[in-house]
Amino acid sequence: MSLAAYVDGIGVLGPGLSGWPQTAAILSGRRAYNAAPTVLPTPGMLPAAERRRTGRVVKVALGIALEATAAAGADAMLLPSVFSSSGSDGHICHEICQALSLPGREVSPTRFSNSVHNAPAGYWSIATGSMAESNVLCAFDASFTAGLLDAMSQVNVDQRAILLVAYDTEYPPPLHVKRPIPDAFGIAMVLSPRLTAQSLARLEVALTDEAFDTMREPQLEALRASIPAARGLPLLETLALQGRGRAIIEYLDIARAGVLIEPCR
Amino acid sequence: MTPQLLKHFTATSCIGTGVEATLNSLMQQESGLRHCEFETVKIDTHIGEVPGVDAQRLPRELGLFDCRNNRLAELALQQDGFLDAVQAAVGRYGPRRVGVFIGTSTAGVLQTELAYRNREGGSGALPASFHYATTHNSFSVADYVRQRCGLKGPAVALSSACASSAKAFGSARRMIDAGLIDAALVGGTDSLCLTTLYGFHSLQLSSPVPCRPFDVARDGISIGEAAAFALLQRVPDSLDGDAILLLGVGESSDAYHMSAPHPEGLGARRAMQAALAAASLSPADIDYINLHGTGTPSNDRSESQAVTSVFGATTPCSSTKGATGHTLGAAGALEAVISALSIRNGLMPGGVHTTRVDPTLTAHYIRDNRRGAVARVLSNSFGFGGTNCSLIFGSAR
Repeated sequence: MSLAAYVDGIGVLGPGLSGWPQTAAILSGRRAYNAAPTVLPTPGMLPAAERRRTGRVVKVALGIALEATAAAGADAMLLPSVFSSSGSDGHICHEICQALSLPGREVSPTRFSNSVHNAPAGYWSIATGSMAESNVLCAFDASFTAGLLDAMSQVNVDQRAILLVAYDTEYPPPLHVKRPIPDAFGIAMVLSPRLTAQSLARLEVALTDEAFDTMREPQLEALRASIPAARGLPLLETLALQGRGRAIIEYLDIARAGVLIEPCR
Repeated sequence: MTPQLLKHFTATSCIGTGVEATLNSLMQQESGLRHCEFETVKIDTHIGEVPGVDAQRLPRELGLFDCRNNRLAELALQQDGFLDAVQAAVGRYGPRRVGVFIGTSTAGVLQTELAYRNREGGSGALPASFHYATTHNSFSVADYVRQRCGLKGPAVALSSACASSAKAFGSARRMIDAGLIDAALVGGTDSLCLTTLYGFHSLQLSSPVPCRPFDVARDGISIGEAAAFALLQRVPDSLDGDAILLLGVGESSDAYHMSAPHPEGLGARRAMQAALAAASLSPADIDYINLHGTGTPSNDRSESQAVTSVFGATTPCSSTKGATGHTLGAAGALEAVISALSIRNGLMPGGVHTTRVDPTLTAHYIRDNRRGAVARVLSNSFGFGGTNCSLIFGSAR
């Protein structure tokens, strides 16, 4: 049983990775990888009042979603979306738990509103004016592949394009010790049921028992292994090589996802 | 969309552990809301606390999952022969062909709140006994359920605030339709914690009295907790007369505000219309609407306008949150089960605690139970971030 879709646009942000063209150059070996803290764009698309309240998790999600939709030439107003992340805003979570451990227990109402796992999806909807539905998922370390499977199901069952946004950010101490995600990272893709002028490649996804791929470059492998959204890097690497290929990406303990990739140009 | 069969279902909330007790409470119009005495919380509010959660134990091999949220999930899974029904599905389809889709908003964040109170003096480190992955993380409850039931299909937590477990039905039915799985364990679990009790209090959205949805004097929500599960699968060739079907799922976003609904309920209207379209039904085909009906002034006003714009002012509707409290990420699944009970028992549950319906709200809110044939029910769930989901359930007759 496999599900097929076309990739019409990609967005990437991460440590030393800023956008798909630069990331593709690194993953295809045309450019060296230099690890550096993730640079997050200011979400200029949001109204000023909302922009002030956004944390790193919203910035990374909106940054990659914008890059992918622009590359796909997609109308964000009409595009349903799947947001998948292994956690909510770690800094807000820390601040709320800290406040609740003090005698006054004064929780900031704005922080509480922004603590929900679907905050980035909510801000994306406000920023784009899109009333299309958004599904918001979490599967811990399997969140990237869980998002991909949900998005592929939607494309195949509903026969319309969808925006997949997979991202993670770090927790500050002391939670960081328990969940050591080093930095912000995200991959977004516009997936379409039909070949379009923007289509980069056709994907065919199926669950498999085979071992998952790792990254040859040690620093990129460290990234893949330490940030759930970066589990999608072997898929991006195969896309960057622009040939026919297959990537096996990590999922739950019970399976991996095998992705067959056929370039469109 | 292709209808799906609710092969089996169960619910546990403050009005009942299991469906029989839940149905009895609905018949008697009893509320489970009591003044908040939870943990060390000092807020003048009412809550829907499930009895017996603290005493519930998890199987020893799943001990790392121990927290209030997973205890509540375990308590609910044990009711109504639900675990046996899941095993029957595993026997029929194989463990890899049964998926898990669980909605939650806060999972076991209570563990983290308690861990922050017990940080080590010098370093400020969280105690060694705190396990993030299996308690706090949103996926923990989905992971618990899948391991508890021995399921090996795709598994995921859905976390769209108070629409979480309604949207779980949408993801599950799509994955069945896509052919990746044959059956899905769908549901929601959310449990009491300080983040939501103090958080809603800080937004001045929680009421000091038991919540009164659609009442002229409504002044906020009462937070509850619940776990509710359903086994979803394709509709077989022959069906029992009392079979319940999922007929439609409709979803939308408000594109308006993070914590306030669209004032005219445009997003809610769009979700209800999408659910009707998915089910190929017209508004007149719906016999009863189980409202989101949280009891805040703005939520109920927005939803009433949306309901009236789609259904007019005659379709009976009510909120069961006056009885159960707002069970947040579990509300969609709990109210899906209440919708199924409504159809199976010919019961439109009247909204409790509401004494005088706000005359400016035009939807046809019922306060007293009504008996009679109920063929189709629409259930609404809306959440922070402006996320909306409407489900339509119907009798197979």
